[in-house]
Amino acid sequence: MATATVAATAPLSNGFLLRRGPNEGAKSARGLQWTKNQRQSASSRRFGAAVITAKFDLKPPPYPLNALEPHMSANTLSFHWGKHHRAYVDNLNKQIVGTELEAKSLEDIVIQTYNNGDLLPPFNNAAQIWNHDFFWESMKPGGGGKPSGELLKLIERDFGSFEKLCEELRAAAATQFGSGWAWLAFNPRPSDGKELLVVKSPNAVNPLVLGYIPLLTIDVWEHAYYLDYQNRRPDYISIFMEKLVSWDAVGAKLEVAKAQAA
Amino acid sequence: MALRAIASRKTLAALGSGLRAQARLATTAAAAAASRGLVTFSLPDLPYDYGALEPAVSAEIMQLHHQKHHQSYVTNYNKALEQLEDAVARDDAPAVVKLQSAIKFNGGGHINHSIFWKNLAPIHEGGGEPPKGSLGWAIDADFGSWEAFVQKMNAEGAALQGSGWVWLGLDKEFKKLVVETTANQDPLVTKGANLVPLIGIDVWEHAYYLQYKNAKPDYLKNIWKVIDWKYASEVYEKECR
Repeated sequence: MATATVAATAPLSNGFLLRRGPNEGAKSARGLQWTKNQRQSASSRRFGAAVITAKFDLKPPPYPLNALEPHMSANTLSFHWGKHHRAYVDNLNKQIVGTELEAKSLEDIVIQTYNNGDLLPPFNNAAQIWNHDFFWESMKPGGGGKPSGELLKLIERDFGSFEKLCEELRAAAATQFGSGWAWLAFNPRPSDGKELLVVKSPNAVNPLVLGYIPLLTIDVWEHAYYLDYQNRRPDYISIFMEKLVSWDAVGAKLEVAKAQAA
Repeated sequence: MALRAIASRKTLAALGSGLRAQARLATTAAAAAASRGLVTFSLPDLPYDYGALEPAVSAEIMQLHHQKHHQSYVTNYNKALEQLEDAVARDDAPAVVKLQSAIKFNGGGHINHSIFWKNLAPIHEGGGEPPKGSLGWAIDADFGSWEAFVQKMNAEGAALQGSGWVWLGLDKEFKKLVVETTANQDPLVTKGANLVPLIGIDVWEHAYYLQYKNAKPDYLKNIWKVIDWKYASEVYEKECR
């Protein structure tokens, strides 16, 4: 699971830090308000947007950008990670400067700004950082194949078979209309005894806000596949399942999830 | 409804066998439904070549956007309507309700893209020319200036998260122009029953990604060079008569 990394920052006594509240003038007045710290002296504003404390870093995927070729091109990774994911990080850092969110973990920011569905402005950036960190971890070079051990046992218990799980995941990914994600998730409090479930979510929403623990995700925003597959989302999903998915990572996350739930 | 002619000048230029098969399938399904007396919808032809909007929008994007994305909305809309008719006939209320999202997605996709193609024209046919006449004056009146209007459209389009559209609409009750966004393929009317779409700009990633990648603001800046106001002016004048 992705964790926020706190970048080393200059001491706050540095008068050159520009402190701005998030989304000034925008519709952030409704719902949960977070406190704004005092602004620095007026002289700090002269320095523009160049000096902002970076709370979150852009985490690189656990493999080189060309490692998923030919199934997911280096070109795609260079835009998807290098531009889209990077922009979410940069924009969230700007949004949380001078607010109480600055002291929180990424996961806490996601849950808090989800605000029970009445999304606050930082939600999109925070959740998309979390989702993309998780997405890179859901894949590996030479991925695909089948899960084994405890994970396979649970899959067979809750879905009937591995093939049935794949069918459900593919269907969820194919039918998430517009932008979004498809997930395999762990439910720590299942009312029907089934701990594993497939979930699809729109835009930046993820299963954390539903109280589930994500195990695997596939990004079905068009930017995730358009350069390599154009409109052919089903082909992208097939290749993801056959060649990219890291069942090792899923198994590791399942162990963590079970330990947390115990 | 007449069956769509597959071999038009535009589509012949780029047909692959897969494409022929897809169009044949769509036409066959439409024929089957039509023979049952069901109204079916078909992909409208573009009044310009796929390459005619370059360099603002690439030929590759126009072809995929029209022949794949819009065609898919049409095909799936027809399928959903047929399933709806069956569900109504056998009094299956849950099935009727369950079909609503497919109808909204695909019907909305068909509506929105049909308007979009009419909002575009090659530069030598008037694309990029700001509107004159009553619509031009209304834009000045309701937004302050042409520049302010374009700025507002672009800001709203850029800020839209996920997939959707940015619209210039006419509130026909108050005779005022508005800028609105809709999510996914929701038609403008979902934002207000009195709203009539005049100009729609598709900000789904498929509308620009191959050419502009993540630079959505660049796409929005450039598409104005091929936005055409004939259709919008006609609709506006009709509503404001």
